[in-house]
Amino acid sequence: MAVVQEEREIAISVPVNKSEVVSSFRADDFAVPTGREEDWRFTPMRRVKSLLNPLPDSSGAKVAITAPDGVNVEWVESGDSRLGQVLTPVDRVSALAWEHVEQALVVTVPKGSTFDESILVEIDGSAASYSKIRIIAEADSSATVVIDHTGTGEHASNVEVSVGDRSRLVLTSVQDWDRSAVHLGRIHTQLGRDATLQQVVATFGGDTVRLVSTVGYDGPGGSADLFGAYFADAGQHLEHRLFADHDAPHCRSNVVYKGALQGEHAHTVWIGDVLIRAKAVGTDTYEINRNLVLTDGARADSVPNLEIETGEITGAGHASTTGRFDDEQLFYLQSRGISADIARRLVVSGFFADVIDQIPTESIRTRLWAAVEDEINLVGAEQSQ
Amino acid sequence: MAELVIRDLHVSVEGDEGAREILRGVNLTIRSGEIHAIMGPNGSGKSTLAYSIAGHPRYVITSGTVTLDGADVLAMSVDERARAGLFLAMQYPVEVPGVTVSNFLRTAATAIRGEAPKLRTWMSEMKESMETLQVDQSFASRNVNEGFSGGERKRHEILQMELLKPKIAVLDETDSGLDIDALKVVAAGVNRVHDKEDTGLLLITHTTRLLKQIPAQFVHVFGDGVIVTSGGPELAEQIDAEGYEAFAAVPAAGE
Ligand SMILES: Nc1ncnc2c1ncn2[C@@H]1O[C@H](COP(=O)(O)OP(=O)(O)OP(=O)(O)O)[C@@H](O)[C@H]1O
Ligand SMILES: [Mg+2]
Repeated sequence: MAVVQEEREIAISVPVNKSEVVSSFRADDFAVPTGREEDWRFTPMRRVKSLLNPLPDSSGAKVAITAPDGVNVEWVESGDSRLGQVLTPVDRVSALAWEHVEQALVVTVPKGSTFDESILVEIDGSAASYSKIRIIAEADSSATVVIDHTGTGEHASNVEVSVGDRSRLVLTSVQDWDRSAVHLGRIHTQLGRDATLQQVVATFGGDTVRLVSTVGYDGPGGSADLFGAYFADAGQHLEHRLFADHDAPHCRSNVVYKGALQGEHAHTVWIGDVLIRAKAVGTDTYEINRNLVLTDGARADSVPNLEIETGEITGAGHASTTGRFDDEQLFYLQSRGISADIARRLVVSGFFADVIDQIPTESIRTRLWAAVEDEINLVGAEQSQ
Repeated sequence: MAELVIRDLHVSVEGDEGAREILRGVNLTIRSGEIHAIMGPNGSGKSTLAYSIAGHPRYVITSGTVTLDGADVLAMSVDERARAGLFLAMQYPVEVPGVTVSNFLRTAATAIRGEAPKLRTWMSEMKESMETLQVDQSFASRNVNEGFSGGERKRHEILQMELLKPKIAVLDETDSGLDIDALKVVAAGVNRVHDKEDTGLLLITHTTRLLKQIPAQFVHVFGDGVIVTSGGPELAEQIDAEGYEAFAAVPAAGE
């Protein structure tokens, strides 16, 4: 069952426009990526190799869910009709995970209901694994979902989200993997009329993490805030690819991703694609990626890309900055009595505050701040040697 | 009673063509309550002196001593010098993205005072200083120096001086970039701190404009890395009228 949208059957032009990307539920419709493809060119293919073909055993992760009463939680077979309604894989790894996952978790927030308590999905890896999560926030509902990744192994995931008309969903995805883990993931959110999404992606752990987060709109008034925080240490590759596909009028997207890097060969990649299609008049979009480089030898790639097919938009902008925490800033803070350690802490926590403090779930917020603290101690220890 | 003593200070910077000596034997003593002014042409080494006292890593001390009440300042790290009671209001204050003024000031005050100031009294202390220096309260939530105008940065420097209460403060061209009204506000702030805390001051300036508002008792003319001559306020008037050329030929003090 290959789903290839009409315009995609037209010969693909170069450079590939976002609207022409192939999507399919069948892994065989995608060639095994080599690293030369536009969307894999930053990824260290050698390190993600095991996920490029079907896993012999994909049961290497435990998935646990805690949800307040009133939220419906079901484990379903992969052929369930609610799966694949709004997400179609756009790369081979996502398609493999789609085809080969044994069961999917379906979380439904019923129509008109509101939950203050978070719905918590914990994915704890020990070996190779796939996961598929379907979140359905029905009309006029409000809920908070946290997906928390820990442990080790190789993991490929699909998270398929619908936010119904006038609903509000806060979705946090934490990648707090052990240092050796590999995670290639996709999250797609489809927004109904006047629906609101606040998404926070926080990636601190793992050897290689590559997340593709996409948003689409079914009607006017949809609003998406996509926040991200990542912290790469020596040798880590953390890649975040975003795509806001404005295909309905009067919708909004706001992307704010912040990353810190330290250590030899720490590598981060941020790709921010926004497409405003011809019918998406009145679109308001802004995307920004800021990177803070704390030591030599780290590299931050940042590529914002805005395609606009209509002149009638409310606003469209993007920005990308990569700054160094430099000796002059350190000197300035120290000259006011602040020790080098505290100065670094001040700068890094100030840098992340506006993203991490967006996370409504206190336990997660606290844990991320602790993770930031650990990272700072790491660089502090390195530099005082 | 604090005393900063600079003796025969030689300082180099590492440039593209190797080390270059910029300070060539500076002698100067500043005591609590005293107001000194250093005037001198561009590039003569005034900021180098200021940075060397504060401990900027780019400046290499090749010989000489700096002591504060007998303690070896040159052996201290930058933050230790500040905690010992030295302060430098910089000619070009640095932007620190991600750190708000209020967080910065409280962290600095905590470091200098050795304990976190009580939140209630701290808020009113900060508010009062901001009011007298005519720094809008909204600056508290802005990032340090980020997007500040030249004049705003200078006011922010003096705000820090007032809150950190140093024993000896070096003000590097705090007057440059200030309009006439702002200069009055800043000078009043400096005088207030001086009168209240008995701070020893070293003002680095190009004009007598500042010295009309902050009465320096001692004026030193700087030239080519040394103090060429020292005197009273009348020296500043003379420089204003005649420029630095008249001093160029004078050999270094102490020779
Ligand atoms: N980091 C550096 N690298 C190379 N040269 C430097 C450095 N810092 C200062 N210098 C040089 O040292 C000399 C003295 O500079 P300094 O900034 O101390 O002068 P100044 O008296 O403060 O000048 P101004 O009145 O313009 O502020 C100048 O020739 C300057 O170019
Ligand atoms: Mg100078």
